[in-house]
Amino acid sequence: MTVAEEPTNRFRRIGHKQRVKEDGRFVRGQGRFVADLDLPEMLHVALLSSPHARARILSHDDAEARKLDGVVEVLWGDELAAASNPLANAMETPGIRCFSLAAGEVRYVGEWVAAVVATSRRVAEDAVELLEVDYAAEEPVLDPEAALLPDSAPVHAGHGSNLIYRRTFTWGPVDEDFARAGQSLSFNVVWGRSATVPLETFGVVARWHEADGLLDVWASIQMPSFAEQIAAALGLSVSDVRAHYDIDVGGSYGVKRGIKHTVLAGFLARKLKRPVRLIEDRLENLAGGDAHGPDRRFQVSVAYDAEGIVHAMRLRALEDIGGHTGRAPFQLGKPVSAIVGPYRIKSVEYEAICVSTNKTGQTAVRGFGQAPTNVVIESAMDKVARALGLDRFEIRRRNFIRAEEFPYRIPSGSLYDSGDYHAVLRKAEALADLPALLARRDDLRAEGLLAGVGLATCLEPGGGNSSFEPLFNPKNSTTTWPESCRIVVARDGTVTAMIATPTAGQGHETLAATVIAEELDMAVEDIRVVHSDTLSGLPGNTPVASRMAIMLGGAATGAARLIRERALLIAAHQFNTTPDRLALRDGIVVNPDEPAQQLSWQEIAFIAHRYYHLMPPGAEPGLQASYVWEVPLGGTLPTADGRVQMYPCYSFAAHIVLATIDPDTGLVRLPAYAIAHDCGTVINPDIVKGMVLGGAAHGIGAALYEHFNYDAEGQLLAGSFADYLLPSAHEVPEIVLAEHCTPSPLTSHGQKGVGEGGYLAAPAAVTNAVNDALAARGKELLTLPMRPVDIEALLYDDEETTA
Amino acid sequence: MSELYPVALTVNGQARQAEVEARVTLLDFLRDELGLTGTHAGCEHGVCGCCSVMLDGQPARACLLLAVQVAGQAVTTVEGLGDPDGGLSVLQDAFWEAHGLQCGYCTPGMLIAAQALLSENTDPDDEAIRDAIGGNLCRCTGYGQIVEAIRLAAARLRQAQDGVPS
Repeated sequence: MTVAEEPTNRFRRIGHKQRVKEDGRFVRGQGRFVADLDLPEMLHVALLSSPHARARILSHDDAEARKLDGVVEVLWGDELAAASNPLANAMETPGIRCFSLAAGEVRYVGEWVAAVVATSRRVAEDAVELLEVDYAAEEPVLDPEAALLPDSAPVHAGHGSNLIYRRTFTWGPVDEDFARAGQSLSFNVVWGRSATVPLETFGVVARWHEADGLLDVWASIQMPSFAEQIAAALGLSVSDVRAHYDIDVGGSYGVKRGIKHTVLAGFLARKLKRPVRLIEDRLENLAGGDAHGPDRRFQVSVAYDAEGIVHAMRLRALEDIGGHTGRAPFQLGKPVSAIVGPYRIKSVEYEAICVSTNKTGQTAVRGFGQAPTNVVIESAMDKVARALGLDRFEIRRRNFIRAEEFPYRIPSGSLYDSGDYHAVLRKAEALADLPALLARRDDLRAEGLLAGVGLATCLEPGGGNSSFEPLFNPKNSTTTWPESCRIVVARDGTVTAMIATPTAGQGHETLAATVIAEELDMAVEDIRVVHSDTLSGLPGNTPVASRMAIMLGGAATGAARLIRERALLIAAHQFNTTPDRLALRDGIVVNPDEPAQQLSWQEIAFIAHRYYHLMPPGAEPGLQASYVWEVPLGGTLPTADGRVQMYPCYSFAAHIVLATIDPDTGLVRLPAYAIAHDCGTVINPDIVKGMVLGGAAHGIGAALYEHFNYDAEGQLLAGSFADYLLPSAHEVPEIVLAEHCTPSPLTSHGQKGVGEGGYLAAPAAVTNAVNDALAARGKELLTLPMRPVDIEALLYDDEETTA
Repeated sequence: MSELYPVALTVNGQARQAEVEARVTLLDFLRDELGLTGTHAGCEHGVCGCCSVMLDGQPARACLLLAVQVAGQAVTTVEGLGDPDGGLSVLQDAFWEAHGLQCGYCTPGMLIAAQALLSENTDPDDEAIRDAIGGNLCRCTGYGQIVEAIRLAAARLRQAQDGVPS
């Protein structure tokens, strides 16, 4: 159910019910996923994975495997490392050299050690069974705090320690604000290792053209600088790599970044002169795909006064990034862009630490590290309220930035563009029917259940530039992530837009078509949208950072406005008038001064393509336009004290959830869930709704079920979907939605990002609901996920120890 | 190296046959031998439901069955849900109308699970709908719009049965 006010919609296409273009192929089973590609002479890869968390590779033997009929090649890490460059590191850590296959030593269970290439995946898997490796196992580094100690053996010996990054940022007079506030409290939060885990594993097909010196790549990818990183690792130029973006990605939510997979497939395709396909199986994906998400421990102090106003915060965040580095450290960067949440907290000290351990490598996960930080901020609000005996809703209202204060600059440098947090919270309370919900909680408690109501009010920074890179790595001075669109109008007037990004369920084709249809006053169905490859396309940086509504929306709008301008110029030339006198409506250009003067879109397009004698003098023939859009407020480097604008737009959501806990089993259920949110102008209502609901479901998983846990030897205990628990339709409740709209002043139509918001608030809301329930027993749990076994232990440990 | 076995079965109403190793799953048979790539591999251990197909009218996990096991039986995949002339089924159209999907990867299996429900019950309540899709994971939608899509399809099927607006 959606309870939405019907806001006045000034647009003719944007914000109206519109079937999602992409859905038509998916309901027919006609998606174009990478595993659906079947190239002639294609070979298949299977991988040998490390059984040890940490070991030296003493020797390896593939003689038996090579005898197997159908086996074409066996590649070990030492050969690959000798013939390729290390995978890119986010930090200046030259002593860390990671490759697609382990060379000399293994650093986590599941790390890929060898690749077998065969005529079928089945034969390749058979051959993997015949590979022999002698390992000398060593004591793994598993505890991130212990990994920081001087006597801890470095996971990467060449780096000399396990510390990858450490910096303490101080924004504002933290010590003074703590003293001034008068009261403070401290607590710890643990965000357990989980990830987005799409149902499609990562896959890639690579083909090398010897004559052209060109590597073709089809991959299930959502990764900025993808072709650039492949080229760098393989010693190629960027123009030697053609990554095709017309592949449907079966879910990503950040993690589809198979650099090491693609480097491996590309290396093999080039070596063997045949197309090579690598599709992870689920174990290769969960254990060896380097696609785990944040694994973070927080120490928190907040300073507040008697009125419940939070003045300042101190935050230490220790991130366990596992055995490969990649871009993982940057996930401590995004939180800087909303480090005070929606609150008027005046000063913050933030110590960000990244440490290597012998666990699977990390990559970007939905929200890029912001979701754990939101659990901290929202837990802090609840704890301060509890300490003062204040209502949790009231304390948020007191601390919220006021609607009239926008644009609002936070201590860490970000300017929040727009918002009305009080209005959104009011809508959430009305939607949830808060008095009735609290009464229901109390009734459940009276029945003997543990029950709690949780609230979280969280921001979603969207539309990112790349300024978190220079913030964390001073040798990196990149400041932009542009997005682009090219529109070509054919001579029959039909419109095709080319976008420079793949789609992974976010409906980019529908998004681009809708804003173009708005600008050209056409039907959305009549706009065809295609995906470029990296050589034919314009610059693009993929959907990361809730970027597409903001950035692709802006690029497509820019290109459409150029097309409109040129079409009107051509028409004005025929009517002997000026373009500003003309109107475009329903595909017809009319001169309102002379209503008989009309030209159809098709007629204008034909003139542009074929009747140069009718074109304005000197005009470019044809009807086409390209537009590359810079991130609003982008283009500046961080200040020396670490203040930076990474994201232009700030969406907001208030989640209210009822949780019950079975006191016998510790099982949490969420019988009522309401969300009010504000992502500015909604472009497609169905897509926005799906993003919010799906993000929330994903957050529920992170809060309650999903965990890449390791045993004391470093064995991954969650290598299948029987152990890594994705929430099903039984665990995710019906969620009701309400919308609010404070348009962004920075975007083409007032839109903001919405891809991450559900995930950024749900874990905090569920954590607060569970703790509202546990508080009745005098208990608290701030270690995620809050599994039944953890809650049961918390409820009954006292009894056992006293018994 | 491995012995090949002839497998003949009916797929989406058509007689199909191929010779495969005994260890080839029904999932790989459909995708690799018959080119029906609408059925997807998600976990290959029977949990996620991406590979769901209809086997003699009942939903089944194609990743947990060997092709040789189902010789002689009738399989329906997502490609067989629509009209023979290419039109969408009521259920497929309802998924599109309600945007009961995002990336499309779980969608074929989800459609099979929903079709199995609606074949037996055109008036399911939400609990019945959630039970029917409870063995099919979706990572994108949070299930809300999938439930809406199945509700919508059920209403349209009832309307067609009764000949009156629901």
